[in-house]
Amino acid sequence: MMKEENAKGTSLWKDAWRRLLKNKLAVFGMIVMAIMIVAVIVGPTIIEQLTGYTYDYMPSDQDLIKSMPPSLTHPMGTDDTGRDILARVLIGGRISLMVGIISTFVSLIIGISYGAIAGYLGGSIDNLMMRIVDVLYAIPYILIVIVLLSVFGKSNTPAWIKSIVDTIGGGQGMSQIILLFIALGAVSWLTMARVVRGQVLSLKNQEFVMAAKATGVTTLGIIFKHIVPNTLGPVIVYATLTIPSVMLSEAFLSFLGIGVQAPFASWGSLAADGIKNIAIFPWQLIFPGVTMALTLFSLNFLGDGLRDAIDPQQRKF
Amino acid sequence: MNNQNGSILSVIDLRTYFQTEDGVVKAVDGISFELGKGETLGIVGESGSGKSVTNLSILRLIPTPPGKIVSGEVRFDGKDILQQSTEEVRKIRGRRIAMIFQDPMTSLNPFIKISRQIGEITELHLKHTRAQSRAHAIKMLELVGIPDAESRADDYPHEFSGGMRQRVMIAMALSCEPEVLIADEPTTALDVTIQAQILELIKDLRIRLGTSVILITHDLGVVAGMADKIIVMYAGKVFEQAPTSELFATPANPYTKGLLKSVPDPAHEDGTPLYQIPGLPPDVAHLPPGCPFEPRCERAQDICRQEFPPFIQINETHNSLCHFAAEVYAESIAERELNNK
Repeated sequence: MMKEENAKGTSLWKDAWRRLLKNKLAVFGMIVMAIMIVAVIVGPTIIEQLTGYTYDYMPSDQDLIKSMPPSLTHPMGTDDTGRDILARVLIGGRISLMVGIISTFVSLIIGISYGAIAGYLGGSIDNLMMRIVDVLYAIPYILIVIVLLSVFGKSNTPAWIKSIVDTIGGGQGMSQIILLFIALGAVSWLTMARVVRGQVLSLKNQEFVMAAKATGVTTLGIIFKHIVPNTLGPVIVYATLTIPSVMLSEAFLSFLGIGVQAPFASWGSLAADGIKNIAIFPWQLIFPGVTMALTLFSLNFLGDGLRDAIDPQQRKF
Repeated sequence: MNNQNGSILSVIDLRTYFQTEDGVVKAVDGISFELGKGETLGIVGESGSGKSVTNLSILRLIPTPPGKIVSGEVRFDGKDILQQSTEEVRKIRGRRIAMIFQDPMTSLNPFIKISRQIGEITELHLKHTRAQSRAHAIKMLELVGIPDAESRADDYPHEFSGGMRQRVMIAMALSCEPEVLIADEPTTALDVTIQAQILELIKDLRIRLGTSVILITHDLGVVAGMADKIIVMYAGKVFEQAPTSELFATPANPYTKGLLKSVPDPAHEDGTPLYQIPGLPPDVAHLPPGCPFEPRCERAQDICRQEFPPFIQINETHNSLCHFAAEVYAESIAERELNNK
């Protein structure tokens, strides 16, 4: 084994990458996600250049203010007020993906720190910290999000969120979105903390941790420089699976009308708009719905593929 | 013996116990020894005799719970390490007392480049900058004989072979030029050919850097060529303590005699089976009141079963934990005379 590696060793990541590429569903998921990300970033601008429609542009021509079926100018049709659904789906995708990614990022930061500290310190501190997680687990997360959103949503928006909104613009709708990031992130770190803690528990008894201790590395140094990087595999896998679940929660909240508010749109709020007219204008629901389903499928495929690729059982140091 | 320079590290009546479901395990039970400047001390014993626990206790690396250093003193540079604050001990670890672990395959962090793993220590203790620590790491790798150190420094541990990794561990341990190096079975996990190289390396560096070494091993052959004096441990106790040449020539403890007899001797290749000490190491959670070696001892008497043996001083530097230490010593001398004729 060592001899072959003498030339140039294959790293864990190269190995995992090769295994990932063998998984057709994961590759499909990766391609769809790549297209989706590019589309939501540049798509709206292209549409504006070609047709002049933006996500909230309402034509002034009376004849165009109606829901038109898909056509060449409007591949996904238009909604009741004549807005281009494709542009709205792309902008909605931008927000949905952002909610997914940023909330997962928030949950990563909280979850990793919390889980790693609890796992490494162990004993009664670990016990206390994990019981807090258990208690939070027992409260339905949707309830927490709804409470957070309704307490801080309308009039009592905290000052620091206001100042962020002032710099990036977007008014009340944007502060609602930022709150959504925080609220979803704040409830989805629980499982991450458990995953990381479990990893840390098995890693902290490894000899290299003892060796690091014996060379005088500080406790925080050991946790964050030596142990946390070693939990990366499972954490990446879990994070890829958290993104779709957070996006689904966001869609659910927006569908109920608590999440993303007009003039912003997300896939959830688009679906909520579409469902009112499902019998007459089915495209208003079908397109946002299908796009969202495709994205969530892809992310789940990708997550599963990554889990198989970075399988700890197959890893050999 | 170069004990004249005074001792750098002295362990006095160290006791480390582990709380288990099976009762209290007295892994280390009243160990005392002194390590002189520039001296090499060998600690020999079977698995589970408390060798490693002794040395982890010196740097306070015993996982607590379940382990606990119950009593004793570890005097280093005039201060008792066991009484110092965690922060003070942290500054000693790696800087003034360094350790090499048994298994180089698992003692390096698989996610960190070699140069960073060595560099981290000097950044921590010597306040090196990134560039300085990298240069120093390369220098250390060259010192321990890694070819092409400059380019290998950016490799990850899995790109090194076992022997190379142990060299890296030694480079790490010596990077701050510590006063004491504790090598916990540094060659057990390695090929025999690599073993010799690593031992040669430790020996060579000890002379060059003037480091005192504690060498833990279960292989008498390893300590024979390296140590100035040897401690034989059994069931958490020091069974015999003597300068190397004296211990090999005239052991004063039946256990040591058994160990020496069970070393393969090329001169006796006549088809007789290799001697082995009968029985198994004792369960340290349930030790009999008498001598812990009594059930396996050839010359056990009633007194051995009933009374714990005294630590008998044979001469200035030679001690043995046995009721019959003097007799065993006399026998050894007689045997040596016989062999010399």
